Amino acid sequence: MPQPHIDVRYVANLARLELSEAEIATFQVQLDAILGHVETLNQLDVSGIEASAHAVQVFGRMRSDEPHASLPQSAVLQNAPDQSQGQIRVPKVVADA
Amino acid sequence: MTLSSLRQQLLAGETTPAAILTRLAGDIAARDGRTGAYLSHDLEAAMAEAAVADLSLPLGGIPIAIKDNINVLGQPCTCGSRFLAENYRSPYDATVIRKLRAAGAIPFGRMNLDEFAMGSSTENSALQTTRNPHDGERIPGGSSGGSAAAVADLTAIAALGSDTGGSIRQPASHCGVVGLKPSYGRVSRYGLVAFASSLDQIGPLTRSVEDAARILQVIAGPDPLDSTCLEAAVPDYLCGLNDGVKGLKLGLPKEYFGDGIDPGVRRQVLAAVEALAAQGAEVVDISLPHTEYAVATYYVLAPAEASSNLSRFDGIRYGHRAAGPVDILDLYQRSREDGFGPEVKRRIILGTYVLSSGYYDAYYNRAQKVRSLIRRDFEAAFARVDAILSPVAPTPARKLGGSAIDPLHEYLSDIFTLAPNLAGICAISVPCGMTAFDGAAALPVGLQIFGPQLGEAMLLRVARAAERRP
Repeated sequence: MPQPHIDVRYVANLARLELSEAEIATFQVQLDAILGHVETLNQLDVSGIEASAHAVQVFGRMRSDEPHASLPQSAVLQNAPDQSQGQIRVPKVVADA
Repeated sequence: MTLSSLRQQLLAGETTPAAILTRLAGDIAARDGRTGAYLSHDLEAAMAEAAVADLSLPLGGIPIAIKDNINVLGQPCTCGSRFLAENYRSPYDATVIRKLRAAGAIPFGRMNLDEFAMGSSTENSALQTTRNPHDGERIPGGSSGGSAAAVADLTAIAALGSDTGGSIRQPASHCGVVGLKPSYGRVSRYGLVAFASSLDQIGPLTRSVEDAARILQVIAGPDPLDSTCLEAAVPDYLCGLNDGVKGLKLGLPKEYFGDGIDPGVRRQVLAAVEALAAQGAEVVDISLPHTEYAVATYYVLAPAEASSNLSRFDGIRYGHRAAGPVDILDLYQRSREDGFGPEVKRRIILGTYVLSSGYYDAYYNRAQKVRSLIRRDFEAAFARVDAILSPVAPTPARKLGGSAIDPLHEYLSDIFTLAPNLAGICAISVPCGMTAFDGAAALPVGLQIFGPQLGEAMLLRVARAAERRP
């Protein structure tokens, strides 16, 4: 079986992490070793076994549809890194027309 | 001084909530500079609550230290991360905090942890080093290392932690205190900063099994704000606590006593098992055959869930935002690069990889199937026995400064605590003695007890028997 190999730079971009070259080199060795250990799962025959997303199967539990108070706008905005006119300010995300 | 005995003193009028807080603040000032368990504490706010504490309530006037990943209104919630360390203040109380307050308790202190609860040593905290009160050159364990260290150092009466793969039980074992991970769904996670949502549970770290029962009694039960929290009624965890183990059948899984366990740990755990047998329990050999796959299963599923949960830390709504972003992508990438430490980045990348197209079936789907096999192991075992006994960790607390070099080695040391989270069952660590280890004369060892899903009453009863042996 070939040794697993993760393209750290590519996956980090998917995860919106901008890694340094030193981090990529370190993570490469460490993550390949971890995935090498994960390969032990291939020793097991899992055909016909159900996948468990949760240990306890609880589906579709809804709370009653009753209005209740939300957090006030000021409480939500107090942690925003940048805000203006009661809204969170971000860099421009649409191009000029 | 346990929570239970302090409560007696309060009810007898021998002390007051304000006096307790004043003494704790003095102890923190005297000792926590060395231990480093507290990230912060707000004595003024706690004193205001102490002044109006209702002593007739189950935890009336008792301060409880809180792991710094559980939201308390108006307080910091750093998660041990630079991402949230700058200016975040919780806009609401977690459900466990609301329940503690309703029972008269006073949340006091924000306890250090591995960043976003990822680690087994508290060395992954970006903010502070926490030292083991039994030996300042050693780790307290993790990720609830601050909670465990403060309870052991007598700078907290009791604490809340969170446990995704051992993060309450392993530091409890390393620091010589009691640590309880309730069954999945027993305690609401609303207001706990999510790490791996199919595994996380909140639980108490205390100086006695009775104290753990008293806190669980208060925090357990359904919550409309957490759809994974079970509707099942909460039994009285105190009434059968001292019923003993006579006539109970306790399982000893051979996979938890193999090679790689420190001889001192093995000796103390087996002595605790013998003491339970001497109290009338029948101890039988059992097998949990998929134990060896727990680490591989966990380190696929937990990072996968973490990579999804931590996508909310994007620099937009709260937490760190990188200065001068050129566009929105640059803002995301640099905010996350600056804000997260290496262990968190490692797990996000691992989790993103195992969920990515082409690898999902090979890793994530397969690990979910092996999770079913691990759960079935416990179902079969609990058809035969009332509870299961094992070590918590292969060794006592190691020295500080080991985790950064070889994360796989660190992950493998989690082998004994991961399976209960994967299976959703309850588990507890109870101190069972001290042993010499790696140059240290005496370090704490924990006995781990597993109980079935929602079997906390049985778990606490066995733990109480293990605790009270002469």
